[in-house]
Amino acid sequence: MFRYITRRFLETIPVLWIIATVTFFMMRLAPGGPFDAEKQISPEVRARMEAHYGLDKPLFEQYLTQMKHLLHGDLGPSFKYPGRTVNEIIADAFPVSLELGFEALAVALVFGLAAGMVASLKQNSAWDHVPMSLAMAGLCVPTFVMGPLLISAFALHLDWFNAAGWYFPRDRVLPALTLGAYYAAYIARLARGGLLEILNQDFIRTARAKGASMRRILFKHALRGGILPVISFLGPAVAGLLTGSFVVETIFGVPGLGRYFVTAAFNRDYFMVMGSVLFYAGFVVALNLAVDVLLVWMNPKLRFE
Amino acid sequence: MIDTSSMAKTERGASFWQDAWHRLWKNKLAIFGLAVVTILAVLSFASPLICRYIIGFSYDQQNLALGPVAPNHTHWLGTDPLGRDLLARLLYGGRVSLMVGLCATVVSLTIGVIYGAIAGFIGGKLDMFMMRAVDILYALPFTIFVILLMVFFGQNIILLFVAIGAVQWLTMARIVRGQVMAVKRQEFVEAAHALGLRRTRIIFRHIVPNLLGPIIVYATLTVPEVILLESFLSFLGLGVQPPHSSWGVLIKEGAEVMEEYPWLLMYPGVMMALTLFSLNFLGDGLRDALDVRGSKD
Repeated sequence: MFRYITRRFLETIPVLWIIATVTFFMMRLAPGGPFDAEKQISPEVRARMEAHYGLDKPLFEQYLTQMKHLLHGDLGPSFKYPGRTVNEIIADAFPVSLELGFEALAVALVFGLAAGMVASLKQNSAWDHVPMSLAMAGLCVPTFVMGPLLISAFALHLDWFNAAGWYFPRDRVLPALTLGAYYAAYIARLARGGLLEILNQDFIRTARAKGASMRRILFKHALRGGILPVISFLGPAVAGLLTGSFVVETIFGVPGLGRYFVTAAFNRDYFMVMGSVLFYAGFVVALNLAVDVLLVWMNPKLRFE
Repeated sequence: MIDTSSMAKTERGASFWQDAWHRLWKNKLAIFGLAVVTILAVLSFASPLICRYIIGFSYDQQNLALGPVAPNHTHWLGTDPLGRDLLARLLYGGRVSLMVGLCATVVSLTIGVIYGAIAGFIGGKLDMFMMRAVDILYALPFTIFVILLMVFFGQNIILLFVAIGAVQWLTMARIVRGQVMAVKRQEFVEAAHALGLRRTRIIFRHIVPNLLGPIIVYATLTVPEVILLESFLSFLGLGVQPPHSSWGVLIKEGAEVMEEYPWLLMYPGVMMALTLFSLNFLGDGLRDALDVRGSKD
């Protein structure tokens, strides 16, 4: 197990390096530069700004300098927000995205697992059809339709929540629901499928024959195996929640990293783009590793491989 | 598989595809999905004609004096703040969305099938290496790269197909690889080897056609994902550019004014949800009909 984790960890180093390199050259080869959007700056000022940030040097030299800085964990300054480093911006904005992501994940797991369990226990009854139709709807209504709909229903008409902002605990409700709905639906379908497969197996029949209660069968016997598809979905789900939050942050005016990333890309804020891409990638890779370790730990069959 | 009583009647066994079609026909939701998708596709692709002869407005014909009006006799689904007819824009946008869906799916299918078939057929070290690469790519937040591509290289629709397709091929590659590994040990492949055929010919002429079932099912399920991704990009202002429309663009525009003119969000939203619904039901139905298992991851 320890060797497996070490190997996987070592694998992430070349991956992050490739990502950094691709991002660097993609940005620099693209037309436009960081100071294009500024209002009417004279060529001298622009030249001085570029010299200040080292953008006048040969491309490959810039690449080496930036890689060296990245190795030291220094993500560089932001062009768009002068005086602030990318590290500071990420440190400010990422906790917000993270909080939104985890709240959405909680929504997804609670609703998804509950729906999946009920549906698999009462297969082909109304308890199965209603939650599964809702899940299908959840998969088909995109976040950017769901968000405005929730705002108009619960914020504008019923006035229960604020339409936008991120100040009070209840401001978290609508964004988390919007972001989590799709994943709740997906998890519900995965959990139903996984549980049905387990519930049809012999050992469950044995447990039933021995008179175990339905609750005991579900939680003691079926859940551990039936939940595996859900666990392996968690890696992609977290990646999706992070990128999905770009839209949700825009809709609800949440000051998270997603908005910074998109505006940084538009503004050619080179260091900010590089910093957030690497940060996202590193975070997602680390989470995937955690999910895989969890899978091996929960599924003894995998331990022999 | 072969039902002897029906053989006696027709004096011919039903082929695999006829069988599958019968099973699909019995699944009402899937047939409903198929019907909706077909109707939408026909309407969308005929949208220039429909706009000209039935609706009477083109998708980019502005009428600033008119402004936004609610659905009425002239404008069946109302107009947007620039006085453009929503129905015309919806049909035209459907054309773009469905096209992106189809083309990007074809791109992802091509990459995924070739990659998966090669890895599965050759096996050994190469397979291990190729599949590790897929595992690693799976772990990356790819949407971020699509966003970067679209921002940096302009909102070019061909680039959009390629970028989305390049993100979506991973699952296809995994499925195809698994199926190829199962098929390649069968006798007809051995026979092809014995005939001295080249490996590329064996892979693409003899093995891949046997995988059509899973490929069709997964392709059907990829189309809605791609449409969703395209509208996600359009929503961020990175997809299709004005005055063109796609469902994502319309939803974005509608969401901005949903307080005052709710129909501008409602109709595109319903249209999109209906399409995604139909494609998903059709995909699920095809999976059952073609008896494909485990095609979702």
